[in-house]
Amino acid sequence: MEHLTQTIQTVPLNAYILLSSVIFAIGVIGVLVRRNAIVIFMSVELMLNAVNLLLTAFSVYLGDSSGQVFVFFIMALAAAEVAIGLAIIVMIYRNTNSIDINVLNRLKW
Amino acid sequence: MNTFYFIAFLSVFFAILVISAKNPVHSILYLILTFFTFTVHYILLNAQFLAIVNFIVYMGAILVLFLYTLMLMNLNKESEQPKSNLIKIAAVIGGGCFLVTIVAALRTFGHSEPVILKDPNLGLVKNLGKTLFNEYLLPFEISSVLLLSAMVGAVLLATKDPKTTA
Repeated sequence: MEHLTQTIQTVPLNAYILLSSVIFAIGVIGVLVRRNAIVIFMSVELMLNAVNLLLTAFSVYLGDSSGQVFVFFIMALAAAEVAIGLAIIVMIYRNTNSIDINVLNRLKW
Repeated sequence: MNTFYFIAFLSVFFAILVISAKNPVHSILYLILTFFTFTVHYILLNAQFLAIVNFIVYMGAILVLFLYTLMLMNLNKESEQPKSNLIKIAAVIGGGCFLVTIVAALRTFGHSEPVILKDPNLGLVKNLGKTLFNEYLLPFEISSVLLLSAMVGAVLLATKDPKTTA
């Protein structure tokens, strides 16, 4: 384990910020590009995880364990969010026989 | 070559595959791989508790729930109609603008210090448990109420309404 954690000693903090923002941007693009509601939901999960990784990196950088506790709370929240979101998607599928978000444009007005 | 950069490349690669795969089931499988690379990131940061929680909760519970929901819906017969190219280009420009803003803000920082693990016990269960049950005891208890309400809400939403179906 010590051998593994030695390898991050040379990684600058900017690399973690860059990685997290790239993955967050990929999540944003996924939400905008796809029409399948479940894939949109998965892009949201991708964004949540990018933020989790950044919080952990900052926590290690500052030597403060509060950041990792926040990540734990975010994971609990994500589990609740996924349960509710998938229930809503199942309900939509039952009513409209599709999970294409363009079918749901009645909510626009 | 540094392990971090290799794993970071894999994370970005699989994340791009998640949003570009045509079949939603492939999308979920790529998402599992992406989350596995995140677990490796946590291990490299010596956040062992988070690595295990990420492995069990995300890869074990949440993504299986996704896969299960997708298999309940029989979506294979009609594949997803892609959006028009104009919307795709606009979406990539929108996401790219966000990325450029962050990177430009990062450039003003200049060179940053390397991430050094000062306290090797930081991410271990013993240390995190002390923080969780001392400073964050109230949020911890409130999150149990959140999980209970989420469970009740999910059951309420997903069960069929007997008045409409009968």
